[in-house]
Amino acid sequence: MTTAVRFQNVSRHFGTIRAVDDVTLDVAEGEFFAMLGPSGSGKTTCLRLIAGFEQPDKGHIEIFGETAEGVPPYRRSVNTVFQDYALFPHMTVGENVAYGLMIRGLPKASREERAREALAMVKLSGFEDRRPSQLSGGQRQRVALARALVNEPKVLLLDEPLGALDLKLREQMQEELKSLQKEVGITFVFVTHDQGEALAMSDRLAIFNEGRIVQVGRPSEVYEQPNSRFVASFVGSSNVLPPDFAYEHGGSLNWTSLRPEKITILKNGQSTPPDQVSVTGKVAAVHYQGSQTRVTLNIGELRMTAHAPSAMGTFVEGQSVTFHWPREALHAMEPKQ
Amino acid sequence: MTAAALASRAPSPGVSSRASDILFRHRWLLLALLLAPPLLWIGIVYVGSLLALLLNSFYGLDEFSGLVKYEFTLSTYAQLFQRANFDIIVRSILMAAAVTIASAIIAFPIAYYAARYARGKWKAFFYLAVMMPLWSSYLVKVYAWKLILAKEGIVTWLAEITKTSWLLNSVLGLPVIGGPSLSISYIGMFLVFVYVWLPYMILPTQAALERVPGSLIEASADLGANPAQAFRTVILPLALPGLIAGSIFTFSLTMGDYIIPQIVGTSRYFIGQAVYAQQGTAGNIPLAAAFTVVPIVIMGIYLWVAKRMGAFDAL
Repeated sequence: MTTAVRFQNVSRHFGTIRAVDDVTLDVAEGEFFAMLGPSGSGKTTCLRLIAGFEQPDKGHIEIFGETAEGVPPYRRSVNTVFQDYALFPHMTVGENVAYGLMIRGLPKASREERAREALAMVKLSGFEDRRPSQLSGGQRQRVALARALVNEPKVLLLDEPLGALDLKLREQMQEELKSLQKEVGITFVFVTHDQGEALAMSDRLAIFNEGRIVQVGRPSEVYEQPNSRFVASFVGSSNVLPPDFAYEHGGSLNWTSLRPEKITILKNGQSTPPDQVSVTGKVAAVHYQGSQTRVTLNIGELRMTAHAPSAMGTFVEGQSVTFHWPREALHAMEPKQ
Repeated sequence: MTAAALASRAPSPGVSSRASDILFRHRWLLLALLLAPPLLWIGIVYVGSLLALLLNSFYGLDEFSGLVKYEFTLSTYAQLFQRANFDIIVRSILMAAAVTIASAIIAFPIAYYAARYARGKWKAFFYLAVMMPLWSSYLVKVYAWKLILAKEGIVTWLAEITKTSWLLNSVLGLPVIGGPSLSISYIGMFLVFVYVWLPYMILPTQAALERVPGSLIEASADLGANPAQAFRTVILPLALPGLIAGSIFTFSLTMGDYIIPQIVGTSRYFIGQAVYAQQGTAGNIPLAAAFTVVPIVIMGIYLWVAKRMGAFDAL
């Protein structure tokens, strides 16, 4: 498969801040690729490097085999959906969507036609003559998407596009974006700080921290086999067990990840299954979350959380409770220093 | 007795806190108190005198006595179209238009830099540099320019030592706008006008550009617009309300000024001077009023056209 975007040891520093630090990365053609990380981790700068708003200080960037350094944004077949949507306030929705085609010198009739099609694709038919200020946040987001897609870019960049939407709308847009990407077959590079969003939408994702890529992989790989304490705690929630504790409880002498949903809470009067490991502690906190309840135990210095079906009954703080898990639920990450 | 009894029950509220309570319960009262002085000012002193002016322009002068005749007539306006008066109007409009266009061209890059790139102390420096000329006396500035532009002044001297006197002389030799020296020519007047009114163009333009999010400019580049196209399709249309606000200042200030044409310039009148002369020595208040209406009408038409062309769509 062709490589859509290639980063080779790319660095971008702002003064003493290493926004992007020696990043190497391949995004395949047609892939829905997510860049996930906390704010300031360099994911947005990477996106801006692809768009051409930033130039790398070191390293090499290729977009579909062509060198990208020194190429201004307006010569790249890449389009961006901006975090604040960046719709032109002095133009109608139709003019906004047709902007790229107008710049390319398409005749008015055909660019209006294609703008109409693009707006239909994002379910905004009939909105051509409105002003961006008359639209809701979700509608603006769709216009921004149509404005980018109408140019048929080789790569579509999305900078936290769902960040400003409320939860319900966000979930709906996640599905729509995903199916839209399948429909148009364009490579999507998607920046987000929301791990749920990244897991739900992407084919592959890269986890960023402090300007570097910590891990790249399919969502299930990254979730099931985090390679570091940072990934384990940033992607989903996890119990990060210190090496000694892990060694004593069915694992190896490594920092070890144990996902809360892999833990079972021992019911009254039952005993731990023979092939499993258990630990007993006092309940420190109980969070009722509808279908499941998060139970946190104090085990000496350590805190461990398990997800129990709420149907199991209620837990009281200070109550003595036993967690148990199969050995294969433990995932070793970093060795003990 | 009762007052003392009340006071003993609760700590006596001060006058100001009692006033606050009243204002809290009657919100319109606060609004009325805040708005009354400016409304009275604008309503009576400003609009009132403007209406009085308008009214005066519809009176005429009695041909024999030379006194104002308080009867409705359009003859005063007809006088504006007499050759001498009409020349004054055309001259003023051309000068105001030239000053406005030049100010806009000079102001835009300065405003753009200040809005997009200047940060921290450079921004403070920008504001100081733009505002400082406004702090000194207008007359001092105009006389300073008179000295700069005079025949024995700095410009002539500079032209001599740089051996470019020929250039200066050929500029002064231009018909109409030239003259014996820069200080007695339309070019000189134009330069002084641009200098004096430039801040009024820079500040609103800068304010308009400041409101344009950087992402819009990035978006236009992202969608394929090179810098020139981005300027034409995004930056300029969004800065236009600011440029128009600035042009209202530079245009009407130039139209109304009667000091610069008097100090730097030829003996030919501009509207401001005509108004000054008509209401003063000539005692022809109606004609002075009619002259004053001209800039008002022109600004009205200008704004109407600008609005029709969509200049304020970005607001």
